Amino acid sequence: MSALVSIRDLTVTYRRDGNVVAALKNISLDIVAGERLAIIGESGSGKSTLALAIAGLLPASSAVGGRIEWPGLGRAPLLGRDIGFVFQDPSASLDPVMTIGKQIAEVARTHLGLTWSQAYAKAKTLLERVRLPDPDSALHAFPHQLSGGQKQRVAIAAAIAAGPKLLIADEATSALDTIVQAEIVALIRHLVAEDGMTLLFISHDIALAAQLAERIAVFRHGQLVELGTTARIVDAPTQAYTRTLLDAHIGLDAAPLLNRAGLSA
Amino acid sequence: MSLLAVSSLTKRYRRGGKTVIAVDDVSFHIEPGETLALAGPSGSGKSTIARLVLRLIEPDAGAIEFESDDFLALRGATLRARRARLQMVFQDPLAAFNPRATVARVLEDPLRIHGIASRTERPRRIAALLERVGLAADLAPRAIHEISGGQRQRVAIARAIATRPSLIVLDEAVSALDVSVRGQILDLLLDLQRKERIAYLFISHDLGVVRAVAHRVILLDAGRIAESGDARAVIDAPQSAIGKALVAAAPRLKGTTQDAS
Repeated sequence: MSALVSIRDLTVTYRRDGNVVAALKNISLDIVAGERLAIIGESGSGKSTLALAIAGLLPASSAVGGRIEWPGLGRAPLLGRDIGFVFQDPSASLDPVMTIGKQIAEVARTHLGLTWSQAYAKAKTLLERVRLPDPDSALHAFPHQLSGGQKQRVAIAAAIAAGPKLLIADEATSALDTIVQAEIVALIRHLVAEDGMTLLFISHDIALAAQLAERIAVFRHGQLVELGTTARIVDAPTQAYTRTLLDAHIGLDAAPLLNRAGLSA
Repeated sequence: MSLLAVSSLTKRYRRGGKTVIAVDDVSFHIEPGETLALAGPSGSGKSTIARLVLRLIEPDAGAIEFESDDFLALRGATLRARRARLQMVFQDPLAAFNPRATVARVLEDPLRIHGIASRTERPRRIAALLERVGLAADLAPRAIHEISGGQRQRVAIARAIATRPSLIVLDEAVSALDVSVRGQILDLLLDLQRKERIAYLFISHDLGVVRAVAHRVILLDAGRIAESGDARAVIDAPQSAIGKALVAAAPRLKGTTQDAS
């Protein structure tokens, strides 16, 4: 149980319309090397700010207090090499006028010191690993020629190209339909296990997080509400807010709201 | 007589020199006060059907009967008048409104356009609509971009009910909301349905929500109806391949494997 990332008293504030808004308040938590940790919360909970802070992607206008240390790395991390980041909207993270192959090869070339031809060979292997149909033609395709799910597979290939220790997926499946979401979650799980990566899975969906993560951290209004194993959070939450989130989940076994409203047909 | 009867609806698109059949010979009906859900993966035709029913786009073939009229034959003033009875709420309320408008302005438009309330009457009607959807009347002067996502979706519902519709098309209307807000909005929709007998065409990718709120469901796959019936019966025991895939993919809180596969 050694920590890959150790976060202590992390506070992040933004300036908005002349006011100072605290996006994160005194957050302390460890990301254990090799674990799958989910950060869940609603809008404004600070979950994405936490992901950006860990990746060193906070806007310059933000003020950061506290520490983020990398005992598992022993040095400052480099985004792209040590941290892979998958965003919600793959179109926003892929260059629309660069071929898929080049975007992935560029990561491998930059961080692994490969030649272009080695990097392209690596890109092809990665496209196979993310199970993109027909990887040979995909190398020469542009992002707009792919579906949303296929684009997210490409974004994942680029994120893991340099063999990062930590993979951060920030609402990476939220814009996808349920079936594609399940496929991408299964892919992330598989790749993380195969490469021994640590996963930070940011989501608004507690059920999705419960399916993938070993531990869940619940955030609300910039504060860490509760952190525990998935089974403990789901079966025996200690905080009322966690209970609220669990109760608000409308699963396939939920009581019909129709009957509650006395509306049965 | 059904409130809405759609028969053999077909819509084709040309994309990159190829013809894509977005909606392929789809027929269904909705009764007054009923919720019919359309569910299916991306590209299955759910939103195209919504846009066809709203006459935002025209079909290549098929018929739509709404409140006993041939809806596709209506033109001009008759169509505009009948549109008051058929309203819509979309996923992103911010995209559906003029972002510079105030809440009052958003609600005033339908009252004015459809001649529902005189200028002097409108402020009172707007206050009543806000109250009906669980919002304070003092929200009226606020800009639409200032209020929260949940409040904005309540305003969208208030705008939809302003013209006393018999049918509201809800296209992923609760999908972008925080879960704690989503339940309140669903409760509001069900309360409106019970008290005013509004029917819903409820479009969603979320089978859990569909199962909880819809009377009947149609599962779509590549523009065709794969399966339809009582929402709970279909979702509890899907027969079609797409139905089985959708149910298998729905996230579950319990009984999930925690070991890496």
